[in-house]
Amino acid sequence: MPTSRADIAILGAGPAGLAAAVAAHRAGARVTLLDGAARVGGQYWRHRDGDNGAGHHLWSTLHRLRETPLDFRPGHAIWHVERTDDGFTIHTAAGEVLSRTVIVATGAYDRQLPFPGWTLPGVFTAGGAQALLKGHGVVVGERVVVTGTGPFLLPVAAGLAEAGARVLGVFEAGSPLGFARHPAAVARNLGKLTEGAAYLKTLRRHRVPFRPRRTVVAAHGDDRVRAVTVATLDDTWRVVAEQRIECDAVAVGYGFTPQLEIPLQLGCDTHLDVDGSLVATADDRQRASVPGVYLAGEVCGVGGAQLSLVEGELAGRHAAGAALDKRLVRRRTTLRAFAVAMHRTYPVRPGWQSWLADDTLVCRCEEVPVREIQRSIVDFGATEPRTVKLLARPGMGLCQGRVCGYATACLVASAGTRSVTAGDLLGLSARPIAAPITLGALAEQQVEEA
Amino acid sequence: MSFSFAGKEIVFGAGQSVGAALIAAGYRSWRTTRHDGAPRGVFCGIGVCFDCLVVVNGRPNQRACLTEARDGDEIEPQEGTGHAHLAC
Repeated sequence: MPTSRADIAILGAGPAGLAAAVAAHRAGARVTLLDGAARVGGQYWRHRDGDNGAGHHLWSTLHRLRETPLDFRPGHAIWHVERTDDGFTIHTAAGEVLSRTVIVATGAYDRQLPFPGWTLPGVFTAGGAQALLKGHGVVVGERVVVTGTGPFLLPVAAGLAEAGARVLGVFEAGSPLGFARHPAAVARNLGKLTEGAAYLKTLRRHRVPFRPRRTVVAAHGDDRVRAVTVATLDDTWRVVAEQRIECDAVAVGYGFTPQLEIPLQLGCDTHLDVDGSLVATADDRQRASVPGVYLAGEVCGVGGAQLSLVEGELAGRHAAGAALDKRLVRRRTTLRAFAVAMHRTYPVRPGWQSWLADDTLVCRCEEVPVREIQRSIVDFGATEPRTVKLLARPGMGLCQGRVCGYATACLVASAGTRSVTAGDLLGLSARPIAAPITLGALAEQQVEEA
Repeated sequence: MSFSFAGKEIVFGAGQSVGAALIAAGYRSWRTTRHDGAPRGVFCGIGVCFDCLVVVNGRPNQRACLTEARDGDEIEPQEGTGHAHLAC
């Protein structure tokens, strides 16, 4: 496997990583930008060769960032990062990179809540439906239901409708009216409202109903989804009324979970963010608690692409030793205020646990149903998720708890009539190997080191 | 360009993943789980959930959503661990 050196290695080539790479390059650093994918852009700007940018937001920004010549390494899925005497060794599927400094910009993926039938083929994450469309030009179904909570549901539904799917509705468990409680944060970010309004306009043009305080509480089918139960919810997300809708695809997401494998491998401090996700802790210069590690984008708090771009630029500048840019710091403050308002407007309410049946799978990989998790709590006295994982195996499968970690933590906490803590989520987030690697590749590396 | 899936020819576009091409061809599942034998296909679509596992040119446990389709690939559905032939 090849080995190369850089001043600054940037891990992840989405909005945060790209902005960081360009800023550090401009400040004179020797930069290497790594990503597992074949192209820059991350999940946000996922695109195909020859993509003209239609349906993409901030496309001109990607265009501008791409003009800077960067040492971009596609196909470099990172499986481990370790500290060395003079920096870091980044182990990837395509070789090792040594660097003095790292900027972690690994992004986030859809946060999920289990419900009966969510394992049926045809039920996709909202981000998955979006990725299939933007990255592969494939529409997930002919009659699609979009559901969950948060502003991301709007571009997903709008994209599907524009691509020719019949979107039967956007069922938003929360309500955008909550933004009214945060007038200052909204007033300073009017562009965000305009963006949301544009998506709603697209939905209206395609006659797609937007229904707040409703969500999918069950999916039905045999070898694929054929229908869903959409429930009207009360303030705590308990079901007050139900309707059945025939469909052939569901796109669902309840906010986002940051990808924390690398910060945790490096021993970086974490904390619980306003949205209830575990995030890596960054200071005002985007520095992690570990010297030489910078953080940018969703990994240090979910806030959208514009915030990621600003954090990336700040991280890139500081990592390269450039002066503090007060204009960028102010912009970050403004965008973070909006992110907090967004998280407070679209919280996950505890009533989702009432949608579950005893046999609803929580862990998709190890096929662990709710009753096994309850048994580990009630019969065996588990009081925190890590013990439940050891007893009932949620999070022990191939995805390593990426999908079920949040739900498992919520179930354990609520059984103990307490709130989810950072420690609960931490217990299900540590993954010493962040991406699959063959024993052959591992062995090859051992030989080189010997 | 095309690959074979369980003996059928699946045509795909440049840059498409195996999973995307299978969905475009109307498939929704191509593996069964280890315990319940339940059907699964793409869920997260970005390599996080490992639900869309498939056998690519004889290699099991490949994520269909991340595996770029190549002309002439032989793709097979996966049952359970994909390693049944190793069981004694």
